[in-house]
Amino acid sequence: MSALLDALAALGRGLLGMCRATGALALFAAAGLSHLFRPPFYGRMLARAFVEIGYFSLPVVALTAVFTGMVLALQSSTGLSRFSAETAMPSLVVLSITRELGPVLAGLMVAGRVGAAMAAEIGTMRVTDQIDALTTLSTEPMKYLVAPRLLAGIIALPLLVLVGDILGVAGGFLIATVKLDFNAATYLANTVNYLQTMDVVSGLAKASVFGFLIALLGCFHGYNSRGGAQGVGAATTAAVVSASILILAFDYGLTEIFFAR
Amino acid sequence: MSEMPKIRIRGLCKSFGAKSVLDGVDLDVQPRSSLVVIGGSGSGKSVLLKCILGLIEPDRGSIEIDGQDVLPLPRAARAEVRARIGMLFQNGALFDSLPVWENVAFGLLARRAIARPQARLRAIAILAQVGLADTVADLSPAELSGGMQKRVGLARAIAAQPDMLFFDEPTTGLDPIMGAVIDGLIVDCVRRLGSTAIAITHDMASASRIADQVAMLHKGRIVWSGPPTALMDSGNPLVDQFTHGRRDGPIQMELRR
Repeated sequence: MSALLDALAALGRGLLGMCRATGALALFAAAGLSHLFRPPFYGRMLARAFVEIGYFSLPVVALTAVFTGMVLALQSSTGLSRFSAETAMPSLVVLSITRELGPVLAGLMVAGRVGAAMAAEIGTMRVTDQIDALTTLSTEPMKYLVAPRLLAGIIALPLLVLVGDILGVAGGFLIATVKLDFNAATYLANTVNYLQTMDVVSGLAKASVFGFLIALLGCFHGYNSRGGAQGVGAATTAAVVSASILILAFDYGLTEIFFAR
Repeated sequence: MSEMPKIRIRGLCKSFGAKSVLDGVDLDVQPRSSLVVIGGSGSGKSVLLKCILGLIEPDRGSIEIDGQDVLPLPRAARAEVRARIGMLFQNGALFDSLPVWENVAFGLLARRAIARPQARLRAIAILAQVGLADTVADLSPAELSGGMQKRVGLARAIAAQPDMLFFDEPTTGLDPIMGAVIDGLIVDCVRRLGSTAIAITHDMASASRIADQVAMLHKGRIVWSGPPTALMDSGNPLVDQFTHGRRDGPIQMELRR
């Protein structure tokens, strides 16, 4: 009986902890978003976050997209040939990339690169009193550190995914025309004919949500880090892991919203 | 009739979980004077400063500045009070991502008090006041020695000419000569600005150089206060043990064997 009660107590503690963390994250997100609409605005910090999230992530997102497109073309060609349906390959590649793989893979790559960097930078600022110093210098840390990163995440990731979509399709095109002897004009025609605006827009909307999640979790874990270098390390890990899981969970939810009938 | 204290603290209490850090602190700081708070590690000195700054909310008590209790003030009014305080953090707390001049002028730029080109010139002038050449203005804080970082931190603290200055362990981590240099700069700045200062330190030499008044914090309470000349011969067993660095006495360090 006592073992059962202990197990229930442990479960309850875990659930309460989860509720507390979810509540704290929701309040943090609300506070960060509210600062987007209230002056003063920090244009330099926004530009810096935009360059950090968008520009510096471009190579990793581009490479991921190109190789994903190439693999997708190769795999789908092999699979579809069993049903003599190779002509469906261009549309399969473009739909997979624009709807799913583009935003999800870009999100995961950016979560690893940018989410970790955000958590480490803000976490270091926390443990070295730099965040307290901001407060003493008439600067609201949420407005200066968090709000610009949230906005940059919301805007930059869709732009990265748009570039990734184009490069992913180009990767598929390259393999199809060079290795699989597809006719270039037919491939492009099949790609464009079956692609609808919603396919691209839904992917970009997903990317916007993922960008917000990456910035939010990077900032949240960094802002609440404690205990020196070890605390900053733990915050960095938590930022990447939680952002990656939430990206996959939100991907399912958003796909339900956009495409479930 | 004595002057109204610039800062008056009464019954200030703060606990973290079951641990009581401040347990009814009473303290007066006279205008344009320097109070040094001494006490062992974990005695609550930094928490006391953070409570006055509004970085930590105390559980009970009052903090009056110029006769006004600041604890019940709304957020914006509290921020205005905070803007009148310059703070030198223990490790400098300089912003790594900004050059030295922008660190110094940060508060001025944040308040939109000055344009960037003028802010840079102003920062260089303030750096000169703490003995730093204009060549450091464009360096990153990581390129500076510990003593230079403290001086930049001091320059940042005095940039907006605050009427209160707080110093958290200003000489920790510095050699004795650099410690004396920083103390001299602190005394100069406080006198020049006519500010009221609170410093917390373990360093007895530093306390003697900076203080007009010394108070000792022990187990969350002020257990002694007096002039710095009485510090080494206070007659208070807690202060005597602390100032002479004796292992045996009424202060028992919690050591786990």
